Amino acid sequence: MEIVVCIRRAPTTDARIKPAADGKNYEPAGINYDISEYDKFAIEAAIQLKEKHTGKVTVLCMGSKEATKEVRTAIAMGCDAAELLVDEAFRDSWATASALAARLKSLPHDIVLFGWNSVDNQSASTGQMVAELLGLPSVSVAVSMEVADGAAQIERLAAGGKREKYYIKLPAVVTCQKGLNKYRSPNMKGIMAAKKTVVAETPANAPADGVAVLRLQPPPPRADGKIVGKGADAVNELVRLLREEAKVI
Amino acid sequence: MPDVLVFVEYSEGKPVKAALQALGAGSRLATELGGTAIALVIGGDGGELGKKGAGRVLVASGDAIKAYSPDGYARILADQAAATRAAVVLASATPMGKDFVARAAARAKCGLAADCTELKVEGGKPVAVRPVYAGKAMLAVQAPGTLWATLRPNAFGEATSSDAAKIEPVAVGFDAASLMAVVREIVEGVRGKLDVAEAEVVVSGGRGLKDPAGEGKQNWQNLEKLADAIGAAVGASRAVVDAGWRPHGDQVGQTGKTVSPKLYIACGISGAIQHLAGMSGSKVIVAINKDENAPIFKVADYGIIGTVEEVVPALTEAFSKSLRG
Ligand SMILES: Cc1cc2nc3c(=O)[nH]c(=O)nc-3n(C[C@H](O)[C@H](O)[C@H](O)COP(=O)(O)OP(=O)(O)OC[C@H]3O[C@@H](n4cnc5c(N)ncnc54)[C@H](O)[C@@H]3O)c2cc1C
Ligand SMILES: Nc1ncnc2c1ncn2[C@@H]1O[C@H](COP(=O)(O)O)[C@@H](O)[C@H]1O
Repeated sequence: MEIVVCIRRAPTTDARIKPAADGKNYEPAGINYDISEYDKFAIEAAIQLKEKHTGKVTVLCMGSKEATKEVRTAIAMGCDAAELLVDEAFRDSWATASALAARLKSLPHDIVLFGWNSVDNQSASTGQMVAELLGLPSVSVAVSMEVADGAAQIERLAAGGKREKYYIKLPAVVTCQKGLNKYRSPNMKGIMAAKKTVVAETPANAPADGVAVLRLQPPPPRADGKIVGKGADAVNELVRLLREEAKVI
Repeated sequence: MPDVLVFVEYSEGKPVKAALQALGAGSRLATELGGTAIALVIGGDGGELGKKGAGRVLVASGDAIKAYSPDGYARILADQAAATRAAVVLASATPMGKDFVARAAARAKCGLAADCTELKVEGGKPVAVRPVYAGKAMLAVQAPGTLWATLRPNAFGEATSSDAAKIEPVAVGFDAASLMAVVREIVEGVRGKLDVAEAEVVVSGGRGLKDPAGEGKQNWQNLEKLADAIGAAVGASRAVVDAGWRPHGDQVGQTGKTVSPKLYIACGISGAIQHLAGMSGSKVIVAINKDENAPIFKVADYGIIGTVEEVVPALTEAFSKSLRG
């Protein structure tokens, strides 16, 4: 099986994000990066597919040259090959999906796996857009997946905790949600392999953003809160405040 | 024409609340732009949408819409976006909207402003504002052509209108055989369970409630009772989900669900940055924690310092009394 997993380099979830002087990007000083959390479930799903069906897992990432660090982490987890589509700017999901789809046209794939949502851009769109651009079926927010005989049975999380069941033919795009698996950590053998892997770098073939950034701004500030009191004695006052002051009940 | 096309999601024959909110947002934006809000319904009758802000109501029909299909719905929405020449295309950012609207936008060769919390007009052009970095920043975006956006549930209000819309059937120009992915079966979640991402009130529990299989059993029952008393969904911190105390669908935070209810009550939750990221868009935040230095109190509008054992049952009682009286 030819398995491709698309991963994104994103600021770690504990990063303090402040707008930069240009008003369009964030201040990069002091920010650490990691593989966007849900992409790790996609990597794990890819490795499990390889272990079960044999084949090859290729990591595909569009990002700055520094993203080789995240790509190598994916190799250390158990992926086989890696490719970086070099692009230094923050891109929207349309530009990203277009660049990934352009590369996938000549990269063999039986299944292309994504995180269901990136922790920074939070668009939850890139995978479905790639599927549409390649004319492939897509199932997003997968929480279970069985692959056999060129087809996949997938459950996705829908409204109200319901699960929708799909049977689709491969090749296909699947975006992965927590619950699909528990991802592994890199082991010694993987870390050694990652050191030796040559990460192929090509310039990303990305069009202009589909939605252009006008400004990045801080969220609206929250008014200072108050401590209503201590213990059970405070509940009546809290309910009164919610009713009369905040007017939410 | 600067019309606004709004996909209105139906579930069990009725428009879902988040979709009526999107229609409300669409009708206000259309008024500002000098156009009409056009509702698009797939799998419903569109009956009451004229009263909810729609100037026109398009209702799709055909054998291709018998069951939900992401590629099928995407084709219908992209086709209607082209046919109506809408300046803006909106949908609610529900699990369904998030799934297929991205495909539809790509089909129309457009980007998507996902999960927006604000829509406005600047210099005559529509602008969408969306939280990024889990709400630590807001991104204002504009499209060169049609603006496609999905809207976060509860971030927009519904509209009311005079009910002058007529229902216009639109035939779907492809058949079921051409669909690539179709829902075959729906496995029910817990019956009647409210989804945290869609609920107007959320009561969340953290590690402070302790193990429900051990000494925390009563605490979690008390939390459920509190949620029942005020019609809330139950959420959880990641610590609780990772411990297997609650299903992962309940997790609130940067790597869980983003919620924006009118009332969020955090019980026994410390308020780690990743948790705050998922709930700081709530209108009013209440925190119950025994540690007065817990970071959750920094974002809470109202806090009670105390144990969940003591405060949660008392609060249920006080709410019930207040709702009765
Ligand atoms: C990549 C990444 C992603 C993450 N994503 C998320 C996410 O999406 N959502 C999320 O929630 N977390 C997330 N986290 C985890 C986060 O950092 C915290 O570890 C987690 O939120 C802590 O959960 P908690 O508040 O329930 O537990 P704790 O931090 O242990 O806090 C328990 C709180 O309960 C209080 N308490 C104890 N006993 C009582 C009592 N009897 N009565 C009242 N109060 C009591 C304590 O004072 C304390 O404040 C993520 C972490 C990482 C690294
Ligand atoms: N620059 C990128 N390179 C490779 N994959 C990406 C990139 N950006 C996003 N993705 C993939 O698309 C998923 C959804 O991202 P988003 O649409 O931004 O929420 C991510 O979890 C990744 O799997």
